[in-house]
Amino acid sequence: MSESLIFDIKRYAINDGPGIRVVVFFKGCNLHCAWCHNPESISPAREKMFAPAKCIRCGSCVEVCPEKAITLTPDGIVTDPDLCMVHGRCAEVCPTKAIEMSGRVMSVEEIMTVIENERVFFDHSGGGVTFSGGEPLIHTRMLKKLLNECGLRKIHRAVDTAGYVGSDLILDIAAVTDLFLYDLKMMDSDLHRRWTNVPNERILHNLTLLSEAGAEIIIRIPLMGGINDTEENIEQTAKFISGLAGKKKDVNLLPFHKIAQNKYMKLGRPESFELFEEPSKETLARVIDQFAGHGLKATVGG
Amino acid sequence: MFENIIPHTETPERPASAEGNFYKPTGNKIGPGMNARIQKLRKLSFEAEPSLSIERALHETAFYKENFGKYSVPVLRALNFLDHCTKKTIYLGEGELIVGERGPKPKCVSTFPELTCHSVEDFHVLNTRDMQRYTISQEDIDLYEKEVIPYWQGKTQRERIFSHVPAEWKAAYEAGLFTEFMEQRAPGHTALDGKIYLRGMLDFKREIAANLASLDYLNDPEATDKAEQWKAMDISCDAVIVFAERHADLAEQMAAAEKDTVRADELRTIAEVCRRVPANAPRNLWEAIQMYWFVHLGTITELNGWDAMNPGHFDQHLAPFYYREVEEGTLTRDQAKELISCFWIKVNNHPAPPKVGITARESGTYNDFTNINIGGVKSDGTDGSSEVSYIMLEVIEELHVLQPGNSVHISAKTPDKFLHAAARVIRQGHGYPSVFNPDIYILELLRQGKSLQDAREGGCSGCIEVGAFGKEAYLLTGYLNVPKILEVTLNNGTDPVTGKVVGIATGDPRSFSSYEDLYNAFLKQLHFIVDQKMRVSNYIDRMFAKYAPAPFLSVVIDDCISRGKDYYDGGPRYNTSYIQCCGLGTVTDSLSALKKHVYEDATFKMDRVLKAVLKNFEGEEVLRQTIVNRTPFFGNDNEYADSIAVKVYDDLVAEIDGKPNIKPGGKYHLNMLSTTCHVYFGKVMGATPNGRLAGKSISDGTSPSHGADTHGPTAVVKSLTKLDHVKSGGTLLNQRFLPSLMRKDEDIRKLGQLIRSYFTLGGHHIQFNVVDTATLYAAQACPEDYKDLLVRMAGYSDYFNDMNADLQQEVIERTENDSF
Repeated sequence: MSESLIFDIKRYAINDGPGIRVVVFFKGCNLHCAWCHNPESISPAREKMFAPAKCIRCGSCVEVCPEKAITLTPDGIVTDPDLCMVHGRCAEVCPTKAIEMSGRVMSVEEIMTVIENERVFFDHSGGGVTFSGGEPLIHTRMLKKLLNECGLRKIHRAVDTAGYVGSDLILDIAAVTDLFLYDLKMMDSDLHRRWTNVPNERILHNLTLLSEAGAEIIIRIPLMGGINDTEENIEQTAKFISGLAGKKKDVNLLPFHKIAQNKYMKLGRPESFELFEEPSKETLARVIDQFAGHGLKATVGG
Repeated sequence: MFENIIPHTETPERPASAEGNFYKPTGNKIGPGMNARIQKLRKLSFEAEPSLSIERALHETAFYKENFGKYSVPVLRALNFLDHCTKKTIYLGEGELIVGERGPKPKCVSTFPELTCHSVEDFHVLNTRDMQRYTISQEDIDLYEKEVIPYWQGKTQRERIFSHVPAEWKAAYEAGLFTEFMEQRAPGHTALDGKIYLRGMLDFKREIAANLASLDYLNDPEATDKAEQWKAMDISCDAVIVFAERHADLAEQMAAAEKDTVRADELRTIAEVCRRVPANAPRNLWEAIQMYWFVHLGTITELNGWDAMNPGHFDQHLAPFYYREVEEGTLTRDQAKELISCFWIKVNNHPAPPKVGITARESGTYNDFTNINIGGVKSDGTDGSSEVSYIMLEVIEELHVLQPGNSVHISAKTPDKFLHAAARVIRQGHGYPSVFNPDIYILELLRQGKSLQDAREGGCSGCIEVGAFGKEAYLLTGYLNVPKILEVTLNNGTDPVTGKVVGIATGDPRSFSSYEDLYNAFLKQLHFIVDQKMRVSNYIDRMFAKYAPAPFLSVVIDDCISRGKDYYDGGPRYNTSYIQCCGLGTVTDSLSALKKHVYEDATFKMDRVLKAVLKNFEGEEVLRQTIVNRTPFFGNDNEYADSIAVKVYDDLVAEIDGKPNIKPGGKYHLNMLSTTCHVYFGKVMGATPNGRLAGKSISDGTSPSHGADTHGPTAVVKSLTKLDHVKSGGTLLNQRFLPSLMRKDEDIRKLGQLIRSYFTLGGHHIQFNVVDTATLYAAQACPEDYKDLLVRMAGYSDYFNDMNADLQQEVIERTENDSF
């Protein structure tokens, strides 16, 4: 039986593909984007998240921790990361769910049950399931099983990927996927490496291959002010996308927002949240225009 | 004398965001399509301060002094109505096209001393309270004290009622286990079908005369009673004709003096319209609207029935006039819209009559719950939406007034175009229109025994309750506080808030060995309380039939004329008494908490939970938080909790549905409406085992407890549709939506698809409250009630409550600036 670490399943997802969808978020990513809005998606291991606003300082977690990693201070609880073994006992007893473990092992059957529960909404909206992450493609076996199972049940399948995987793999997945939500961060490979930890050649190559293979693709671009919303980068991006085989790809722009900071705080590492600039309305309009100039329809949001 | 025993109002102050149908604080904006006339009328209506008129009471008191005892009760009531229509001040405002006010001017409300007589103190309170004020001059108060109050003392309907209620009832009533609708207002809840667009009052008079002529005094023991009813109905037809004629007279006088020739022409048309209707059937859209409005005014002047009056499927009734006139070239779309707007403003001019006694001290609502049904199906089962439906949606969006309430009816046959037009209005965030499912409520009506045609002509009036329009008396008898019944059960028949015995002894829960024992005790208590409620409701029902019949209302509701019976006396074709059950979410979650933590996991002992609840969880925050966060709650598509809800719902149906209400063929049914009563019911309750703190409102309608639904709208929809809505006379689902879920047109389409999905699964009603910044501030102040607020953006989502204050502020600002 296949299992994977899932950090969230979102119902009534309306920004991640056509219709009303369920989004399954796999935990673990092979990129490390500086602006990541879901920082808990990066590590492939379970992580402890703590929301201080919910803590009532009851001390239940302190008592139960086998490693004695938690102390109760006047400012709330403090976990010593060196001692914490991420057993998650604290989360089990926390009465307010101020502590929660991100990442739950789920089987294909469990995930399919959640998906199947939403069928009436798929039927009425032309929706389905979107596998996202993290990077769903690194959970290869599990993802394939799920995609196959959804295929058998005639449920529309979307895969949200950054594309930094082997070409054989992505083409393999394409055979059992109805739609890719394909992330493109920036065209300059050095900059790409600087901001995401990996170069972009493979990503661009895979996108080219997928297009040639006739896959249905929506391009998604997270936009950080001054980083990748520049005229130059957008121009190169638009040119690249419009040159892809197959029909014209739609482009979704996902502007940076600082609300995601909250998740960094819950993970206990607020310092690792880098504050980027939110693209202004004018910039967004200009970006949309630039894409339009290449015959591409870009919209803000999914 | 009973004013001291009625602790609370049934309609406490409602938060705008919770219910919709209210002006937003910035609501003075004027919509894009309104012309100068409508802007002016709207402004006048918007700014007019609700006030009280003692005119009706003075006329009535003088009339009763002179005539009481001379006539049968129905004829006395009809003559009293005629007398007032003959004498009352007629108002015809500048620029008006649709005319007529219940009082002497807009928002000026009559009193009904024959039912319940305001005291001097009541008037002072109404005049000075902060919320929902009704102004009245000292001079009028003095006059009332001198002329009206002395005559009615001891003779009001309310005093008659309260002098007869049993002690058990009084105890349960005072504890807030249920409310009684009919102690301050006449039983109402009426909506019209299409008959008044085909026949005028003169036609009804002819029918009545034929019936009178054919009376069989030799063989029919009821002949005399019928004769009196028909005489009364006949007189009341005259009353509304006189009322209309007086408007015609005034319009002609004003036309003669009017220098503006355009307005003079309008006034002459008004006069012509008022001479034509309601005496005769209307010939065009203008007359059709005015026809309804006179009938509306007639019913709310005759008595102060609950939920004013409803035109039913107003768009369907107006559509034939609209299409014919547009075809003939005598009416443009803009003119039709203007007339419909004028009507809308007229309804808004009529706040609900204020209550008496201690209830006057608490704020009520100005809303008198006229609800316009838009769309739906026709009586032949085909799609009922028309161009008039779209015009009405535009009017709703542009006028943005408190009344009338409005609802769209989306059957499988309703085109998506109409659904999306409605969803765009919903996106504006006023909380309306609410959305109904005719495919289910037609089944509800069929199940209650209506014919297919009558069921299809039916719909929802007031809030969410269904009835066969124009053919049914479906009286709301009062709200039932289901969580309070559990509270009393947990205290073996005693109300823990007051320490008084209000129910029956069903055993100390500490002695129960299983969840089933507890549940059975709850059912026993439920049976006892419902019994109390029905006994008195039946009794009051008879009091209205005897002392306060409604001959005019009887004219327009089938089959009162042919039966020769009053609306309150079994005259209508169908006679339903509804009990509105409140707090399904609260009671389900409480039972779920006890089942799981006490009986299954043994996390806590019953004794500890009961003690914690009694002291409002003081010193038991860990227990409370554990329950709140680690109990399966209703609204999450969770079988554990949902099966409890289904069981409670089915048992409520078993207890109430189908019991006779002592009218011929009449039955009790339940619906799951709470209006604002969940707030009052919460106030009379201590803490509940689901972690709810004392005094906080219980769950509304069939919605999940506030904040208990943390898995989004699809999970709520799945939970809700495990209940068989067809067995009710209406359920109610309020859904909170952050504006980020309704940003693009594509989102609106998906909202429509969510509605379609809910309705496919058997949902009755859904209403969306778009979360505004005020709600978000409320969530900051009281996070627990807003656990469901999920901030969603593409590729990111997080619960509002999990955020720190700075980021919450960020979300608030984005909501304010509409920049998600």
